[in-house]
This record gives sequence, structure tokens and C-alpha cells, in this order.
Amino acid sequence: MVGYLLLVLAGLFVAAYFVGRMRAASAVNGQLARLHSLPSQHGFYLALMTTLPALIAVLLWGILTPGIESSIIQDRFAAELAGQGVPQVEAFVRDARAIAFGGLVGFTDATKEAAAEVYRSIHRISVWTIIGVVAVLAAAGFLRGYGRIAPDFRARQVVERVVRSLLVVCSAAAVLTTFGIVFSLIFESLRFFQQVPVHKFLFGLHWSPQSAFTGAGAEAGAVNPDIFGMVPLFAGTLLITLIAMLVAAPLGLLSAIFLSDYASPKVRAIGKPVLEILAGIPTVVYGFFAALTVAPFFRGIGDSLGLGVASESALAAGVVMGIMIIPFVSSLSDDVINAVPQSLRDGSAGLGATKSETIRRVVLPAALPGIVSAMLLAVSRAIGETMIVVMAAGLAANLTANPLEAVTTVTVQIVTLLVGDQEFDSAKTLAAFALGLVLFCITLSLNIIALRVVQKYREQYD
Amino acid sequence: MTDIASTTGTPAPSRSLHTNEAAKARLRARYAAERRFKWMGAGALAVSGIFLVLLLSTIVMEALPALRANYLVLPLDLSPAKVDPADPAAANYDDIVQEALLAKFPGVESRQDRRLVRGLISTGSGVYLRRQVESGDVPLGGTVELGVPLDDFADLYMKGLLADTGSVAPLEASVTPSGTEGDIELAFDDDRLVRLARGHGATEAEGGVLRLTGGADSFLIGLNGGTVKLTEIAPAPNGGAAGRGVVLQPLQSAQTAAADAASLRIIDTPEASRKISDREIVWLDALKQQGAIESRFNTIFFFTGASREPELAGIWSAVVGSFLTMVVTLALSFPIGVAAAIYLEEFAPKNRWTNLIEVNINNLAAVPSIVFGLLGLAVFLNWFGLPRSAPLVGGMVLSLMTLPIIIIASRAALRAVPPSIRDAALGVGASKVQTVFHHVLPLAMPGIMTGTILGMAHALGETAPLLMIGMVAFIVDIPGGFTDPATILPVQIFMWADFPEPGFQQKTSAAILILLAFLIIMNAAAVILRKRFERRW
Repeated sequence: MVGYLLLVLAGLFVAAYFVGRMRAASAVNGQLARLHSLPSQHGFYLALMTTLPALIAVLLWGILTPGIESSIIQDRFAAELAGQGVPQVEAFVRDARAIAFGGLVGFTDATKEAAAEVYRSIHRISVWTIIGVVAVLAAAGFLRGYGRIAPDFRARQVVERVVRSLLVVCSAAAVLTTFGIVFSLIFESLRFFQQVPVHKFLFGLHWSPQSAFTGAGAEAGAVNPDIFGMVPLFAGTLLITLIAMLVAAPLGLLSAIFLSDYASPKVRAIGKPVLEILAGIPTVVYGFFAALTVAPFFRGIGDSLGLGVASESALAAGVVMGIMIIPFVSSLSDDVINAVPQSLRDGSAGLGATKSETIRRVVLPAALPGIVSAMLLAVSRAIGETMIVVMAAGLAANLTANPLEAVTTVTVQIVTLLVGDQEFDSAKTLAAFALGLVLFCITLSLNIIALRVVQKYREQYD
Repeated sequence: MTDIASTTGTPAPSRSLHTNEAAKARLRARYAAERRFKWMGAGALAVSGIFLVLLLSTIVMEALPALRANYLVLPLDLSPAKVDPADPAAANYDDIVQEALLAKFPGVESRQDRRLVRGLISTGSGVYLRRQVESGDVPLGGTVELGVPLDDFADLYMKGLLADTGSVAPLEASVTPSGTEGDIELAFDDDRLVRLARGHGATEAEGGVLRLTGGADSFLIGLNGGTVKLTEIAPAPNGGAAGRGVVLQPLQSAQTAAADAASLRIIDTPEASRKISDREIVWLDALKQQGAIESRFNTIFFFTGASREPELAGIWSAVVGSFLTMVVTLALSFPIGVAAAIYLEEFAPKNRWTNLIEVNINNLAAVPSIVFGLLGLAVFLNWFGLPRSAPLVGGMVLSLMTLPIIIIASRAALRAVPPSIRDAALGVGASKVQTVFHHVLPLAMPGIMTGTILGMAHALGETAPLLMIGMVAFIVDIPGGFTDPATILPVQIFMWADFPEPGFQQKTSAAILILLAFLIIMNAAAVILRKRFERRW
């Protein structure tokens, strides 16, 4: 519905633009020089007057109606829903909506059919209301704007003010996204922490939410808080991240140094694209490669050495993830190393140091804050990486430090908890949001620390 | 100094600056360290290169077989008695295909064998035939020679990927069968086979008999125009060997076949540990010899939707889904991103609010992608009630992710436009907004486009957030709109990678190749754009 309304408004916009232009031209009998603003600015003015209020109304309607409609349904059927928990009520509303407008229906009964009927009628009323509101706003705006177009009307100032505010609104989108992330994660996590205490979640040593319920998750009281301990997931994430960083940190740093200080132009012409291609390969491809080739390879080596290597070992996932991060580390360290002033290198060379001595004793210490910050960003990247571990790491939460065993990670568990059609309200799915919140907090604080390290310890040479 | 020393006549052992042995040793050590460091750097880069080559070559090697598929050409009876020309949709195409198939195997009578024969071709052959008829490519009213897709295991066998096909060698012994069908006895005039059988895992039974059933490799003996599978062999008193066998393909006569007329084929994988039986192998080879199997470009893979049958699974619905998702992403993130960049770069005063926005954008660029998926699930699906699995929602989530990339790239492009352009425009009386939109923005556009294409390429390969909003559902239909359930290429790759059938492994690699091809095209476009249009001031 919102889509059609937007299309209509776009049409109105174009039409009003041309009407406004013509109106401005006719107001001065074709002597355009007498106009304060250009005809096109008058056109934009009329178009904005016509469509902007209506557009805001449509967007508000699109955002608010779903909530209002479902609360009306809950009100009307309060008697039938009395005594049921929040999840059941939400499932009821969801099913009613699905019956009314098509979609995946859990199961139907007479009450739901009735609710769907009510839903449909409410929705019809609401659609006609918004159509009426849009028509009135558009007509009123058009008439008002049309009346104001005159030779000395300052259309340009009005249009430019609107354009500037639109730009401000667009730049606020980034802030809105962050707020959306924070609030949705906190809101769902709070619902989770009502069922499972925070300390049991953060410090519990046992994770097996797939056995969260005896039945279909009907009783909210049946949640066993002891199976939501995230320490094993956290340990698994750290283990894989550690392996990845052991691969990525030296290789990334060394290749950055090699490319900037040693490589001939020919080698650089090959080496840079290699790293860029590695950076551009989708993570799902790395995951497939890890599961198909790397994991069996490590298993084979382990077998020949007499070691038992799990087929979903942390080693395989970690190594492939490390390779994935090499370009990231390398490009960040490249920037940092290039930022070290040439005078330091020249001074070192003047004292008779070789290239490698200059790099190890002068350039790297000078660039250390930047390199530390790059490594922290890489760690944050590795912790948040999903597809490689989903495809190549295990599902069972083992609390182990042995890289040859299978471990699971925070991201893997979020995916396994949320993939597929599940009750959105069970502790099991809400746990995924709590994990997401933890993940978000960790990566955010790593980024902030990385920023702070650079700000605090960077030497100003120039 | 050394020059002066040599002219005065003292012998100079070396022209080096360092005369002291210890100093020379130190210098050597320092130079060695220098070389080591350099080689370490080269090695680090080489590791990345080797990994890349390994990854790409593995995927290309895996993917190549999936680009072709084997079809079994059958004479299909499409006469009016079978297919009503007025209503072709009502005909039972499964029966037509199966009749034609069984007609190729006149000797096959038992229920079990007939089922085995039917298993040679895809279970979707009837549907395939119906689609061909409905598309109008196939003339109705008579018998038509048409290829139907082979079953995935048969297809893999024909490509040589399922079992070691073994080579056919002369038997080097004359052999006399006791019959032409069923279980028969075979008399050989040489005992070479006994030794061969022992080397191929035959188990010893009482009386010196070697059993070739169970874990042993398969011995197929071709004679008199048929094929016999050896099940038992024992040395015979006359220096030859006596064996038993099952006829897999009827013999034309029970005469003695001379040593050069009989052939032996050893399949090195035991029948129990491969997905295709000896009987099917013999049948497929016979069909191949008749010329009934042809290998064609795999149109099914490129132009159909998903399926649980590997031979019928295609990539087209995922490509369409990816396209729709990218359209939404571009439509949302490009205007918003460019507008935000213009504001921050051209209009924004330096205050707390703009500072907050900047910090935010940089942080968003580092948020794990899966968190965006959680946001999409909680806000778009549960709060706004938008449909699950829809390209609309996928595009919205991805546009939130690409937004920071586009903003950062656009700001860099805007910053690169020199202030003199702005001053000139303002000087001739343009307003600030006109200056930006008429002069600065067009000049920054190539840089903005480059950044946008790179951001879109990043979004195209993204998987995790879309798993969260249900794009992982199994969807057969090709999506027709932005709210239809759809899946996208990387998610399709993820799903296929999880399927146990070996046929899907090739499909996964082929799908990865297609995804990489799209990414390469987009990145190449970005590079060309940058090279041709970006101005250096």
C-alpha cells in the first residue's frame, strides 16, 4: 500500500513541478527576467508544497499502523486472550494478520478467523483514511502554493531551505540506524533477561538452548536458565579469533612492509591485486572452501600424525578466517607505515642502518599505536565474522582450548537460533538477541579502544 | 683510505671499509638479517597468493563439470493417443518417459530391476518433458527423439566423478559360459583371474573359493555381446579357473569366447561403497555405446529455479532474487548516502551534532553484518510486519550496511573537488545549493559512482544478515516482485553447500563462479570508471 501511495505522490510531484513552472511563466507574461526566482524553482516549490506533507503522512502511517492495528485486535479479543502470555497473544495477532493478508499461518481456529475478519475491516478503514488524508493534504498544499506564486515570491529560498533540511534528515539516517540497532537489541535482550538472569547468561558454563523446552515452548515459566550460559561460546569465539590473528597479524604486517618497502613495481603490480581480490571474495566462498578443502586437509595431516582432529576443527575455521583478514590488516598497516615521516627513515639510513633495521627499530616503533589499533580492528572483524564459522566450525558448545576440537562461536549460535521459522517469542530466539547485544558491545568497545589508542599514543612528527 | 693505503705499497687484503674480522662478521650477519627479512615479507605475500590460487583453482575445477549435463535421448511417443493436442497439460508425461525408457531395456522384467532402470533418469523428467511440450519446441502428434536429464548419480558417473570407471582390457583367457541369463557358471582356461581377484580384496571361502561379493572390487567380464559380473572364482584342476557370475546384460550365445574376444573390466571401488551399482554402470555404458547419451550445455542449471534434485536445481531464481535485492539497496542507499555526504561535507557546521554523526558513521562501518540482520528481524519484520524472505526487506537491511561505505566514499570524492570551483560558482551569483548541485556534485560523481559500485559489490556477497530475515527458505518459484519470497546467490550457495548429495557440490562451485563473475564485472566497472572519468586537480 505504501508503495502505491509513494508512486502516486511521485506522479503528483512531476505534475505539480510543471504546473508551477507554467504558473510562474504566465505570472510575468513570459518575461522571465522579472521573476525573483527561476521558473524551475517555482516548479519545485509547488511540487514540494503538494507532496511533502502528504509524504510525511504516508511514512508516519506506514510506521505506526501495524502497531495500532494489532493493539486494536488485542483490545477487541481481550476476553478470548485473557490469561494467555505475551508470546501467545503475539502469535495470535500474527496468525490473524497472516489469515487476513496472506502469509505463513501457524494454525487457524474460529477465533482467529474472526480476528482476521476484524483485522481486514480495520485495515480497510485505515487505508481509506490515509487515502483521504493524502488527497486533502495534497490538494490544500497545491492550492496554497499555487496562490503564492508571484513575480517577487522568493521560491528559491524556500526550496533551498527544504533541500537543506532533507540533507540533514538523510545524514541522520546513520544515527537512526545506530539507535535502531541499540534499542532493538536492548529491548529484546531485556525480554530475555526477564526469563534468564543476566549473571547466569554471562557466566554460565553450559550452553544448549536447543533443549530449552520440553514441549513447544508453551509455558513461559518452563525455561531452564541453566542452559543459557554463554561462556563456552565466548571461549570458542576467542579461540578461533586467536588462531585467525596468529595467521593474519604476521602475514598481513609483513606483506604490507614488503609491498611498500621492498617490492619492485612489477611485484607490487601483482601483489596488490592479489590482496584486493582476497578482500573482495565473499565470506560464504571462504566458508565453502574451509569446509570442503581446508578442514579435510587438516584432518588428513592430523590422522597421519596420529592426532584426532575434528572435521569441524577450530583450526580450519581460524586459519581460513585469518587468510580472509590478511588484506584488512595489510591495508590498515600500510596506511599507518606510510604515515611515518620520511625524515625518520632518512635519519636512520644516514646512521648506516639497513632497510630492515630501519623498519624494525625506527618505523615500527613509530607506527606502533596505529598497528595496535589496526590489530584491534582486525580482532573485532574476526569476532563478528559469521559465514566462515557457520560453515566450518561446530555447533556443539565445548569449553576447550584445544584448536583441534570443534568449538562454536557467538555468531554461529545466533544463526542456528534464528534460521528457520521459529516462534519469535521463545527464550531460545530471544537468546540470539542477547548474544547479538554482547557481540555489538564487544566490537563497539574494540573500535573505541582502537580509536583511543591512536589518539592517545600517536606521535605528532610534523 | 684503502686507496691511499694501496698506493703507499702496503698489501691490501681487502678493499672493504671494515678491516676487522669481527666487524666483517657483524656486517655479514646484518646483511643476512636484511635478506631474511626481505624473504619473510615475500613469503607472507606468497602465502596469500598461493591461497588465492588454491581457492580459485579448486572452485573452478569443481565447477566445470556442472556447466555440462548428460541427457538420455529417448524416442518419446507424443501421439494424440498419449498427448491430447488440445490439452497437452493433461497428459501423463511421467508414463510416456518411463515407457520409452523401459523399451530400451527389453530384458529387464523384475520389479526391482525396473525400478533401477527408472532411477537412471531424473525423477523430474516428466515435468521437464511437460515444460518442453508447453514451450512449443517439441512437435506433437508423433514419436519425437528428445533428451531427458539423467539422474544426478548417473550424470556424475558419466562425468567420471562417482566411481573409478576402470579400463577395459583383454581377458587373456578363453571363457565358456553355461548360459545366457541369470546366474551362470564360467570356465576359464587360465588361472590369472584367481590371482587378480586375490589382489582386489576377494575373501577366501572354504575349498579355495574366492568370493568377490561384499568388500571386493567389481570384475565385469564382457563376452558374446553381454556382460557378466564375477561373483566367485576358484582354481580348477586343469590349470584354469572355474567361476560363477551374474549376467548383467544378456549374452547372445553360450559359446566359448576366445581369449581375444572376451574382455575384463575391474572397477576399483567396491560396489557397496559407491552410489551406483554395477548393473547401472553396465546399462549406462550400453546406452553410451548406442549413442543415446549426449552431453550438452547445462541450460537447466542456468535458467531454472531451485530444486531438491541436484540435476534439476538451477541458479536463476537466486540470480533474480539478488537482482531485486540489489535494486532496493541501490534505490535506498545511493540517494540517502549521497545526500548525507553532501550535508556533512558542504553544509554541516562543526558542532556536536555533526561530530556525533561522523563518529556514528565510522562505527556503523565496523558493526558486524549479522547485527544488521538482527535489526532487520526485530524492526522490519516484527515491528513493521513486512513479509519474510522478501527482496524488499533484504534490500533495506543491506542498504543500512552499504550506507556508511557510500557516505565515506562520497565525502572523499566531494572533498577532492577544489575550492576554486565553489568560489567561482558563488562569485557569479549561484546560491550555495546551486553551487553544490550544479557544479561540485557533477564533478564528484565519478568518485561517488566508484564508491557506490564497490559498496554494492560488497552487499552482493553478503550472506549473514539475510539469513536472519528468512531469505534462507527453500523457494522454487522465480520471484516476480519485491515482496515475493526469494533467495539470493550467496544464500543459495550456503544452502547448497549444506546438502548431502554429491551433485550439489559441483552446483555450489558453479554458483560461486557465477557470483564471482558478477563481482569481477562490478569491480572492473569501478576501475574503468575511476581510470576514465576521475579528474586529478
